[in-house]
Amino acid sequence: MNAFSDPSWMPWAFALLLGLAMLLYAVLDGYDLGVGMLSPLVGKSQRDRMVASVGPFWDANETWLVLGIGILLVAFPKAHGEILHHLYLPVALLLLALIFRGVSFEFRKKAPESQQHLWDHAFFGGSLLASLSQGWMVGRFISGFAPGAGAQLFAGLFAGLVVSAYLLMGASWLVFKTEGDLQAKALMWTRRAIVAMLGFAFASSVAILATDAGLRARFLSFPGIGLALLLPLTGGAITLLVHLVCRALPLPDDRLSWLPFASAVAIQVLGFAGLVFSFYPYIIPGRMTVAEAASSPESLAIILVGTAIIFPILIGYTAFSYWVFRGKATELSYGGEE
Amino acid sequence: MDAFTLSRLQFAANITFHILFPSITIALGWMLVGLRVWRLRGGGEESMVLYRFLVKVFALCFGLGVTSGIVMSFQFGTNWPGFMNTVGNVAGPLLAYEVLTAFFLEATFLGVMLFGEKKVPGWMHLGATLLVAIGTLLSAFWILALSSWMHTPAGFEMRNGVAHVTDWVAVIFSPSMPYRLTHTLLGSGLTAAFLTAGLLAYRYRLGERSKAVLSGLKICLVTIAVLAPLQAMAGDMHGVNTREHQPAKLAAMEALWETTDGAPLLLYAQPDRKARENTVEIGIPKLTSLIATRDPNGRIEGLNAFGEDIPPVAPVFWAFRIMVGTGMLMLAVGAWGAWIVWRKREFPPLLIRVLGAMTFAGWIATIAGWYVTEIGRQPWLVTGVLRTRDAVAAVPPAHVGITLVGYLVTYAFLLVAFALTLRHLSRLEVKKAQGTV
Repeated sequence: MNAFSDPSWMPWAFALLLGLAMLLYAVLDGYDLGVGMLSPLVGKSQRDRMVASVGPFWDANETWLVLGIGILLVAFPKAHGEILHHLYLPVALLLLALIFRGVSFEFRKKAPESQQHLWDHAFFGGSLLASLSQGWMVGRFISGFAPGAGAQLFAGLFAGLVVSAYLLMGASWLVFKTEGDLQAKALMWTRRAIVAMLGFAFASSVAILATDAGLRARFLSFPGIGLALLLPLTGGAITLLVHLVCRALPLPDDRLSWLPFASAVAIQVLGFAGLVFSFYPYIIPGRMTVAEAASSPESLAIILVGTAIIFPILIGYTAFSYWVFRGKATELSYGGEE
Repeated sequence: MDAFTLSRLQFAANITFHILFPSITIALGWMLVGLRVWRLRGGGEESMVLYRFLVKVFALCFGLGVTSGIVMSFQFGTNWPGFMNTVGNVAGPLLAYEVLTAFFLEATFLGVMLFGEKKVPGWMHLGATLLVAIGTLLSAFWILALSSWMHTPAGFEMRNGVAHVTDWVAVIFSPSMPYRLTHTLLGSGLTAAFLTAGLLAYRYRLGERSKAVLSGLKICLVTIAVLAPLQAMAGDMHGVNTREHQPAKLAAMEALWETTDGAPLLLYAQPDRKARENTVEIGIPKLTSLIATRDPNGRIEGLNAFGEDIPPVAPVFWAFRIMVGTGMLMLAVGAWGAWIVWRKREFPPLLIRVLGAMTFAGWIATIAGWYVTEIGRQPWLVTGVLRTRDAVAAVPPAHVGITLVGYLVTYAFLLVAFALTLRHLSRLEVKKAQGTV
């Protein structure tokens, strides 16, 4: 019990959990939001196939957001209140977008046929709006909710970055989960999305470094400088790799069709690492540290114990679900129906 | 209007819309398990025909419940930061356990349950259905533990204005928790049974006489006949519990201003909060005392014993009557239906009409019941610990106004879409049964 007599490490354990939940959310819901944004680019039958590739997973994917916001709420109530206070309207926009997008999974097939196309629009619009508002919020958050046109511009660029990142996730997911004509389209989308993403990443990095002296100092001195060089170099290398692979795909037996998605995940992880480095040890950049925001250790302990037990089980059955729906996506039908 | 009033309206709108769907899925999940078991134990094809119809209703309700639930999880931070700042040590772990044990479980296995029937063996599909049902049940357990604690807090101490837990068992099983949980679960059973019966009655009226419709209606009627009396008993016990732990709420439910020995049961009253009396009242003598204390001359504390710390009386009084009235109607329908099923009679057209009209009766009773208990707790957010007014965020009223309108429009739109889709799905089944599709 020595660990509990000095509980100062506990907020960090929760910061780690929070980071993990948010990263998993960005990767997992990222691909299904991306699929949603790509959905108007194809006809009805291919769209059904695209929705089928995310249908069994999207619900659990979105739960990571609930967990993330839950950890923030539970472990860092002060930061939670402060962050959501600054983001009141974009949060509401995100929630409304997620509602429309989430329910359209059900309505787009079950509503009377004359209304089904409306839900296809809702699926696209909700996915786009949710991605934009998430990007905007993270952008505002990174700049510590700083006022001024520069910070707003940065948030706008970051919204573009998140949208293109999710498009990349969605497109590469489709490369992995579909075949034939749709896969060929997804390969093209992947190549375009990764270029767009690189552009937004570059532009938003320049914008934040130009406006934020603290970040500039952090990244232009040791050890930040290492990361400042490593991130764009690795990112660029992966981009090149994805480009070449996408040009070569599809290979016989569908070999390497997983590679673009895996690379997209790697890029997300890299970007996330860059973010974490840029505001450690703050939970709200420049305003509040992880330690300052944490709640009482007794309550954190009971959650940590539960998490340690439940997390492996959760990962286990998530894996089971991906195993059940392994391979190329097929038409989604309820049970024994045609 | 100020941000406080608007935030309350917004919370009421969000929770009212949200609860509609869990109130169906909690019990509908178990009905699906039942149908799946029936099939595995040699039930006819109609069990799966019914399963596939209801699983669509379930999926629709689940999607609406999950997405509106995400709104709930953000509300605490956006509008009510004082809640977590004061009682976060209690609420936090309960909410965290809900996410970890329930949300992921139901969301993950829902995919297998909806789309996996052909991909996995029958027992595994039953397992997925079962885990989804367990997930919804666990979710109800944790959130009702928290809700009950807010009504009847226990197992904690206040240090520097912040609640700290001293006994988790006492927190989770606070005095009102077993009653609230039972009452809510039975309510969900009735809500799901009336919804299913209503949809099947609609199909029956359109001329479908398939095995699925006939046996489905029978199952629903028997379920209603069993659950409605149990619910009356559970509600009665919950009322006694309320008298003991939240006497001000009980007084508001009965619009009783002065502490009275042998309090009447008012059928009609016009409570006047300023004058602290009822301008008109019609009632049955001694009945409230008899019900709440089991003694016709038992003492019931009146609202005046609690000074200014009393809830709005008229909404609580009327919501309670709407809930009980709907419950009485359910009892009657259950008895009638059970008699028809028992005597193996054909369904009378009037019963079919009544079932159709009562498709959403469960929603009315559920919402009325929640208004009784939540409005009845005011002015407290956590009884005796935190006032609702002290928890609200300093958001500009215009912002809350904008989001409130956004939510209201969305919810109205979705309710219409939900009803139209249910009708469409039912008609499709009729056409399928008649072989015209």
